[in-house]
Amino acid sequence: MSFQLDYFSLKGKTALVTGARTGIGQAISVGLAAAGAHLILVGHQDNMHETQEQIVKVQGTSETFLMDLGDVDGLGAKLQPILEKYQIDILVNNAGVIYREPAAAHNMQEWNRVLDVNINSVFTLCQTIGNQMLANGAGKIINIASLLSFQGGINVPSYTASKHAIAGLTKALANEWASGGVQVNAIAPGYISTNNTEALRNDEQRNKSILERIPAGRWGQADDLAGTAVFLASRASDYVSGHVLVVDGGWMGR
Amino acid sequence: MHRLFDLTGKNAVVTGGSRGLGKEIALGLAEAGANVAIISRVECPEVVYELEQFGGKAVSIAFDIGNLEMHKELLSIIEEKLGKIDILVNNAGVQKRHLAVEFPQEDWHYVMNVNANAVFSLCQVFGKPMLERGRGKIINVASLLSFQGGFTVPAYAASKGAVMQFTKSLANEWASKGVNVNCVAPGYMATDMNEALINDKVRSRQIMDRIPAGRWGTGEDMQGAVIFLASSASDYVHGFTIAIDGGWLGR
Repeated sequence: MSFQLDYFSLKGKTALVTGARTGIGQAISVGLAAAGAHLILVGHQDNMHETQEQIVKVQGTSETFLMDLGDVDGLGAKLQPILEKYQIDILVNNAGVIYREPAAAHNMQEWNRVLDVNINSVFTLCQTIGNQMLANGAGKIINIASLLSFQGGINVPSYTASKHAIAGLTKALANEWASGGVQVNAIAPGYISTNNTEALRNDEQRNKSILERIPAGRWGQADDLAGTAVFLASRASDYVSGHVLVVDGGWMGR
Repeated sequence: MHRLFDLTGKNAVVTGGSRGLGKEIALGLAEAGANVAIISRVECPEVVYELEQFGGKAVSIAFDIGNLEMHKELLSIIEEKLGKIDILVNNAGVQKRHLAVEFPQEDWHYVMNVNANAVFSLCQVFGKPMLERGRGKIINVASLLSFQGGFTVPAYAASKGAVMQFTKSLANEWASKGVNVNCVAPGYMATDMNEALINDKVRSRQIMDRIPAGRWGTGEDMQGAVIFLASSASDYVHGFTIAIDGGWLGR
């Protein structure tokens, strides 16, 4: 087989992506499918059809499982049917929520919900699926971090705490699992044009100040992350471990 | 290969491309479809032959990149042989080891000149036509010592720190003009440059104990990241340093 077909190819691999319904999760799912992977799409609402259709368009295949990642305690059991049916080669922990309220008033219940979805469920997913990967001696885990894995943000302390935790967890797991053939890395997207950031883009002042600080001079598109995900999911990145790869149009260097 | 990573028809330059990591990087780019010019102190027809096996053009140019005042001429020579350059990989680097307290000025300047000054100048000279055409990919080879201090290699650490920092400076100016400037930071790689470390039993064990992946890296490990940064798959990645270190920096 030629290098070109082989190096970034995901043929014969099975990839599980959480939060695959829309935005970044959708773009990554379609990108992995286009590279040849069979996709397991995880969401919490029964409305995955848009992602499914896009995967069909790139001649890919997928199966959808519904679960609530906010229910951390029940998560392990819900993953069992997937693990019984599939050997997962690639896990993309993309699902996340954000809650905006100044730190001084930040609602504790919301804090817990954000941490449950953004980090506690991610640890359970990594642990449960990572065990299967370690037994197989191979696997790729890609956690979706954030610029707020490095910076503090404003009015989103729970989100920031959860995304810093993602960066830490990524390195912690890499230290234990790299020698077992499982690479754990993260992607930190910059300002990406998705539903999550619509409020920011509609706020003229914020939009202007954000754009002025992005060296690339544009918001990122969800598609900008697909290539990075394929790289980290393929054997092209076999010696990359515990790394948080920033895709931000240069924001962090400014 | 996923079309995003295809480099067919692109023209690439790799400094220090005749051996070690540079050679593996050149082979990776050629394999992904690029035409490749390698720059090294002496001409290397045998590497050209290897590169040509992938079907693209390949040239070898004998040039000392420490010779900064000749960089513009180097660009003309390469453009004449290969055409406009789409991808520049600044890989060439030198190393000098002494205790900091007795590090000779001469060695300090030698290392800084090749590893930092020459790289900045090559970015300038090759970046200009990229900016005029509104596209280009520059990949500088940084190091773990862009983040850490190393031991008995202060000039190398300083020069690699500089490379990572001015990569961000260039990205801030050039990103909006379609030119991506990024770095790769290799970890402990089994290459000629590290032969002394590999042969030192104590150091070798200490290093191995700290690499989560449990092995030294190879030139081949560099190829994926470099192809990624050279291709349209990384169009929104600017001013960033990808560590290819088997997890070292997180340990």
